[in-house]
Amino acid sequence: MNMLRKIRIAAAAVFFVCITLLFLDFTGTVHAWFGWMAKIQFLPALLAVELGIVVGLVVLTLLFGRVYCSVICPLGVMQDIVSWFAGKRRKNRFAFTPQRRWLRYGVLALFVVALAAHLGSLAALIAPYSAYGRIASNFFAPVWLWGNNLLAYLAERADSYAFYRADVWMKGIGTFVVALATFGVIAYLAWRGGRTWCNTICPVGTVLGALSRYSLFRPQIDTAKCNGCKLCARNCKASCIDPAAHKIDYSRCVACMDCLDKCHQGAISYTWRRSKAASKPEETAPDATGGISRRKFLSLVGLFAVSAAAKAQEKKVDGGLAVIEEKKIPRRATPILPPGAQSIRHFTTHCTACQLCVAACPNGVLRPSGDWMRLMKPEMSYERGYCRPECAKCAEVCPTDAIRLTDLAEKVSTQVGHAVWLRDNCVTLRDGVQCNNCARHCPAGAIHMVHVDADDPDSLRIPVVNEARCIGCGACENLCPARPFSAIYVEGHERQRTL
Amino acid sequence: MDRREFLRRLGQGAAVVSAAAVTGCVAGKKGSDGDAAQGEIPTDAMTFRSNPTSGDRVSLLGYGCMRWPTVTAGSARDLDDDIDQEEVNRLVDYAIAHGVNYFDTSPAYCKGHSERATGIALKRHPREKFFVATKLSNFAPATWSREASMAMYRNSFRELQVDYIDYLLLHGVGMGSGMEDFENRYIRNGMLDFLLEERAAGRIRNLGFSYHGDVKVFDYLLSQHDRYKWDFVQIQLNYVDWKHAKEVNARNTDAEYLYGELDKRGIPAVIMEPLLGGRLANVHDHIAAQLKQRRPESSVASWAFRFAGSFPRVLTVLSGMTYMEHLQDNLRSFAPLDPLTDDDRVFLEQTAQQMLRYPTIPCNDCKYCMPCPYGLDIPAILLHYNKCVNEGNVPAGSQDEHYAAARRAFLVGYDRSVPRLRQASHCIGCNQCVSHCPQRIDIPHQLHRIDHFVEQLKRGTL
Repeated sequence: MNMLRKIRIAAAAVFFVCITLLFLDFTGTVHAWFGWMAKIQFLPALLAVELGIVVGLVVLTLLFGRVYCSVICPLGVMQDIVSWFAGKRRKNRFAFTPQRRWLRYGVLALFVVALAAHLGSLAALIAPYSAYGRIASNFFAPVWLWGNNLLAYLAERADSYAFYRADVWMKGIGTFVVALATFGVIAYLAWRGGRTWCNTICPVGTVLGALSRYSLFRPQIDTAKCNGCKLCARNCKASCIDPAAHKIDYSRCVACMDCLDKCHQGAISYTWRRSKAASKPEETAPDATGGISRRKFLSLVGLFAVSAAAKAQEKKVDGGLAVIEEKKIPRRATPILPPGAQSIRHFTTHCTACQLCVAACPNGVLRPSGDWMRLMKPEMSYERGYCRPECAKCAEVCPTDAIRLTDLAEKVSTQVGHAVWLRDNCVTLRDGVQCNNCARHCPAGAIHMVHVDADDPDSLRIPVVNEARCIGCGACENLCPARPFSAIYVEGHERQRTL
Repeated sequence: MDRREFLRRLGQGAAVVSAAAVTGCVAGKKGSDGDAAQGEIPTDAMTFRSNPTSGDRVSLLGYGCMRWPTVTAGSARDLDDDIDQEEVNRLVDYAIAHGVNYFDTSPAYCKGHSERATGIALKRHPREKFFVATKLSNFAPATWSREASMAMYRNSFRELQVDYIDYLLLHGVGMGSGMEDFENRYIRNGMLDFLLEERAAGRIRNLGFSYHGDVKVFDYLLSQHDRYKWDFVQIQLNYVDWKHAKEVNARNTDAEYLYGELDKRGIPAVIMEPLLGGRLANVHDHIAAQLKQRRPESSVASWAFRFAGSFPRVLTVLSGMTYMEHLQDNLRSFAPLDPLTDDDRVFLEQTAQQMLRYPTIPCNDCKYCMPCPYGLDIPAILLHYNKCVNEGNVPAGSQDEHYAAARRAFLVGYDRSVPRLRQASHCIGCNQCVSHCPQRIDIPHQLHRIDHFVEQLKRGTL
């Protein structure tokens, strides 16, 4: 096998496995080692305005062609895997097709317009890295977690603490459906035509393709050696080799080196281009500007005490457990974004909805939004857990800097929302039992217990929220005994503030 | 294969091994050929004690029926966990075959299903082969009216399928507010007078009470012995509570005093909590090694049973045995009893003093506090904490040598033992459980303390 091809496959395997692990690992250990692999993805780096990385990738492409698409992009490697399986069934299945220029640049233009118009969710649908992220977190992660839970089950029986159980839950049906559809379309295209997606739809593929036309190193056909067998073209997954004209469309070549391996005559080699040096094409940087007017204040009337499940039960016998009613999500007027998201506007323009933070959240707080304007982009809710003060996993893993924190001190002083008390749900008033669970667990000391009747020091005490100190972490909402709706819940802030 | 199934198979394996040992040598001899660690448990060696008033010949090991095995696993705690009747029958048959003849139940045990299960198992044996004890339980004030009490009493006959009860107890006198609750529960509604009549009529053969908590009630009832003629009294006695009950729990009374008061009046003592709710079977590793060193072939629990059984005024020692292995181990302790020597007593007193240095919470897993209206699994939380104390997994600070491992063991084990929704963080401090606890643990205080500790572990601020 050709050495260059061998290197390409090995490198691609390393990147693919490690990036996939980022979406599977729920303990945070893999991120410490391979977190950078998510951060060198093209679009996330562009959105994070990581100029060093963007320039590095541009230079890489100008030097060696679309190596990025063959090695670094997990969606590209996933297509190669599908295509490889298809190739097992039918040999020599490709043929040269002319480039669909209008489609490629049309999609790219739409993509840029969507980003500029703050329709980020639309753009995220075809962004390659985040598309792969959704596939990995929706389909691969549950399998991984079930496997882990099996090990945890065995470990428990062996009195070992090596593994612990993790919850597997449907984080967002909309995102799941999108991921399923994306996987279906891309896998179909890869099965039929190899890199069709990358060379017609993918905006990153189009940008890098425009650059790679001028790359310094490239596969070239030696017409003196070529016997016209067309084996190269019939094995080119990018369908970019025109054997009759002995030409390769370098905007579509992903530098996979398969043709070098296939040519029995040794007529194709990966070498220095003989023509003029590369010129730098203009770059499209969809940066965050312009106004977003997402103000959707929903009526709060829907919050009423419905249940009396937690009512004190008459005790007759010993033992047994009370039934616990599931918490329901309150209707929040403003969504709660993770600390470090800065503002709804900043967040929606930077997040590519890759689901890396959703997969990494150890507290069951983050989940993809079902809202059309922020579809698939994460938001927080507290019915499974709350945003714990010692954790900043989402900010650590975020490749686009949509969530950005410098340290834990910043996290616990960032106000992502504020708590609202609902008189009708509070067990102190409803059941007449003294409860202070919200105040006891508030990490910011924002909740105080005061007498219902200010003149009666023996009266029961209710919580009052000092909004100025509340950070919106949701400890109170999560640990409130009122069910299914908590008596205290968090309203998000459009702009996060620092206390 | 769940744990119980595993243990059961292990037990069967052990039975086969010991059966092989018996056929190979003379029955009753302890593994003389060296092919089995422990020989067959003799069926004719049980130590018996006589009840001076009725003349009953009672086995020194009594069967506590509050922890019957359930279908799923353990004597556990899930919402609809039915008692495994087949297994109960098997345990009862085995116990009776090896001389056990005292069975102690209550209308409240096992979520109210214990009497029925016990009755079914005992019905399969001749009535004169066993003594059955049950109680007039006293948990909810709703059961304190004369009518409700009568209904509870009559229901016990139906559930147990008997026409007389050998031992009837006023359940847990001294609990709650002490004297006031006692008066309301048994005196003002005339129930004690009624029970005295029932005894005279022969439907109750022995009348007594079980005591927890406020010692004033205990003293009062003994001062009225001439009037009530108690046939027996049930007390908590073990080698820690003997002299250190107050250190375990400020509201308890030393067993030495309780036993002394009974002995003085010639009243037989029935012993509950000989293992301090299992805490004398599951001790700190270093204490276990010490006990084993002195008698390598005897179980850790056997020391507690021998301690309780060695007092001559003790009629029977109750043990709530869920597993066949527990039953077999306890039978080895009592068939026959090998009484403690004076040296043994000194040794156990030293052991008790060492044990008090490990600050476990005095929970006996009796589940009287349950169900918690807010869904907490109180005993599971306390037991997890105690387990971690015993295993050295409650670090005092982040500088401890094995801090990282202990932290992981505590937190991972916590999620395993108690589902998140039933953990201490959900205790609102409503205090409803406090009056139900026979050990008078300040449960909300302990839960909040554990919750605070968990927060410190999670945040790394210990």
